[in-house]
Amino acid sequence: MSQFDIEKLPKGSKGFMYDWGSDQRAFKGVPWGKAMMWIFLLSDTFIFSCFLISLMTARASTVVPWPPTSDVFALTVFGVELPLLLIAIMTFVLITSSGTMAIAVKYGYEKNRKLCGWFLLATAIGGLTFVGMQAFEWSKLIFHDGVRPWSNPFGAEQFGAFFFMVTGFHGTHVSIGVIFLFIFARKVFRGDFDTGRRGYFTSMKSDYEAIEILGLYWHFVDLVWVFIFAFFYLW
Amino acid sequence: MTDEYTDNKIETKSADSSSGSYSPPVEKIPAQEAPDQELYHAKSFWTKWVFCQDAKVIGIQYALTATAIGMIGLILSWGMRLQLGFPETFSFLGPATYYQSVTMHGMIMVIYLLTALFLGGFGNYLIPLMVGARDMVFPYVNMVSYWMFLVAVLVLIASFFVPGGPTGAGWTLYPPQAILPGTPGSEMGIVLMLVSLSLFVIGFTMGGLNYVITILQSRTRGMTLMRMPLTIWGIFTATVLALLAFPALFVACIMMTLDNLLGTSFFMPEIFTMGEKLDYAGGSPILFQHLFWFFGHPEVYIVALPAFGIVSDLISVHARKNVFGYRMMVWAIVIIGALSFIVWAHHMYVSGMNPWFGFFFATTTLIIAVPTAIKVYNWVLTLWRGNIHLTIPMLFSLGFIVTFVNGGITGLFLGNVIIDVPLSDTYFVVAHFHMVMGIAPLMVVFGAIYHWYPLITGRHLNQTLGKIHFWVTFVGAYAIYFPMHYLGFIGVPRRYFEMYDSPYMTSGVGLNQFITVAALIVGFTQFLFLYNIFTSWYKGETSERNPWKANSLEWHTPDYPPTHGNFGKELPVVYRWPYDFSVPGSDKEYIPQDVPPSQVPTAKAEQT
Repeated sequence: MSQFDIEKLPKGSKGFMYDWGSDQRAFKGVPWGKAMMWIFLLSDTFIFSCFLISLMTARASTVVPWPPTSDVFALTVFGVELPLLLIAIMTFVLITSSGTMAIAVKYGYEKNRKLCGWFLLATAIGGLTFVGMQAFEWSKLIFHDGVRPWSNPFGAEQFGAFFFMVTGFHGTHVSIGVIFLFIFARKVFRGDFDTGRRGYFTSMKSDYEAIEILGLYWHFVDLVWVFIFAFFYLW
Repeated sequence: MTDEYTDNKIETKSADSSSGSYSPPVEKIPAQEAPDQELYHAKSFWTKWVFCQDAKVIGIQYALTATAIGMIGLILSWGMRLQLGFPETFSFLGPATYYQSVTMHGMIMVIYLLTALFLGGFGNYLIPLMVGARDMVFPYVNMVSYWMFLVAVLVLIASFFVPGGPTGAGWTLYPPQAILPGTPGSEMGIVLMLVSLSLFVIGFTMGGLNYVITILQSRTRGMTLMRMPLTIWGIFTATVLALLAFPALFVACIMMTLDNLLGTSFFMPEIFTMGEKLDYAGGSPILFQHLFWFFGHPEVYIVALPAFGIVSDLISVHARKNVFGYRMMVWAIVIIGALSFIVWAHHMYVSGMNPWFGFFFATTTLIIAVPTAIKVYNWVLTLWRGNIHLTIPMLFSLGFIVTFVNGGITGLFLGNVIIDVPLSDTYFVVAHFHMVMGIAPLMVVFGAIYHWYPLITGRHLNQTLGKIHFWVTFVGAYAIYFPMHYLGFIGVPRRYFEMYDSPYMTSGVGLNQFITVAALIVGFTQFLFLYNIFTSWYKGETSERNPWKANSLEWHTPDYPPTHGNFGKELPVVYRWPYDFSVPGSDKEYIPQDVPPSQVPTAKAEQT
């Protein structure tokens, strides 16, 4: 970072290698936790990729027609059937919560305890709303439409299986994120990051950096949702 | 890495030889980029030795657990060998138990023994010490990683005691047979296997993130990536592979668990069992194979790369010579790791694929032979005109090179589609993968244990027992696996419970008995090795500090054996690579990594 001159690096890929292989740290100025979260997300990307590639394989190879998704995910409001209405709202809520998370990170770095906490709380509530709507969607599909993991009235039975597995796995990610958002909102309000109060489990001090790391996770979960949205609802 | 780029290395203004007068060299020590790590200091017996956050203790916990479960895998192989060699005399196994033994032996050895031992055991112990860190970057997560691994092992053991016993689907767990009646353990055994694997992946991810970030972000001053010991490079690349390959296994496990418990049809086609149509329809068993081998092939290198790295260090130290072509070795490790992700379908040549896929995967598979061959040549060239000490680690390293070349060459056979098709599912395959990813990495494990045991305990292992261990294991491994190649050539299929008087066995009569006797002897020797480990812990000959005269940081800690926090008050500063043996011009036979150039003014080259 600071102690050596970027200008003096050799040009091109060679410079990249020198920079990468240099003293002490490969990613200059990146705290350990943040680097760790990035690598974890890379690994998690492979999990979701495997899920979605499996879905594509199933769809490409099925001999039974795939259920018409715009009908399956339609919602009847005031007698009008609106395709993808619920999903549109869910996506909107989740993307908005990404926005509030970004603002929370900003206030975290400004050490604005109150606002950081409130925006974390708003993010958590957004996430909770998302999970709630997903629960509603699941119960509608299960109890109203009779979709099951092993069969469904609309077409290929892999539809239900993949739908519940992938949205369930993503929903678990969101839920874990929500739990951590609440925990961190409490930590921020209590001023743990200002007073250097030690963590309950790790007995280590933490910093507002933790908010950004949590933010990385949250943005990732949102990004994954965009892909799931595209593959399940739009395709 | 930093040969030409001087701003990035510790500058040495060495004595100007032309001026005639000697001025002591000045070393510029880079500033520490991250504040010193705050460590958790254990207060009680429980937090010090059981729920411990010290990577060294976690490494030993990993190693002991892996060894314990590995012994079960070894004993299972005895049962199989007795059945194959003497089916009339030892009839206690029965076909179902035989398949269960095959399955559990394979799974235990590959994942719960080798992966856990190399990455969890050696990784935890060596990474912080070798890169000059106080501990892993997140000791708490590291501790949880071990306990997840232990739970995974316990779930695996539990599957031996459930109704129906453990799964007998083969370690590849191919559906549909893995979860259908008729395969032993298709009731609870397979579920526990899948759960155990999922837990292992979760636990490993926690540990693996720690290893990667410790290596990337927590090196000591002067420790550039190209000054790291090759051991660390091997473990690092293997961990990256694991972090990217295990997700596929995790997904496959989840999907198969759902197929089994919920009746989904991810992997299950429309299928009849005992004349009855099942509710499954439309799933793809080939999809499982793709997911499994996308994990399965990198897994081979997850086991092999740490072995490559460790053996390079062992050879260098015990031949008193720098590693030949250090950069080439690093790049070979990285390239092998990258290539290992695009070769997986060579395990599926007989599964039914578009012939062009076979062509593609055969090509990529054979390309891997290039960096691998580079490594083998470099090991040999490291030995060439070296001052070879025939210590036990060196013996095992030599054994590794020979065994690895043998196993690698049979890999060239199996990598070609047309040669693989007739050899597929014969004992040739069994012989190949046992040589290349069973015996060869185990040789390195043994060598590494003899090498680092003094560091861990302050005592040497018994040399006589060690020599017996080496020769019996080395010769015995060939006695076991060479005949298996022949059995494969004459077409003996693997995984058969008994060959009876089949025409396959006409010229192979007696070979199975011979292999069985050899396997029993080799297996017994491993218990001798364990006996050696446990007795030497208390009774072994006391080792002086740095008994092998190695350069890497782990031997140069203030306390010997290293204690919590590893490096006392201040972290070491690194001035050179760990292979400065017999440097021209220097009066010292070896120059440790933390010796500044001013202390060795006559040394010709400052190596990076």
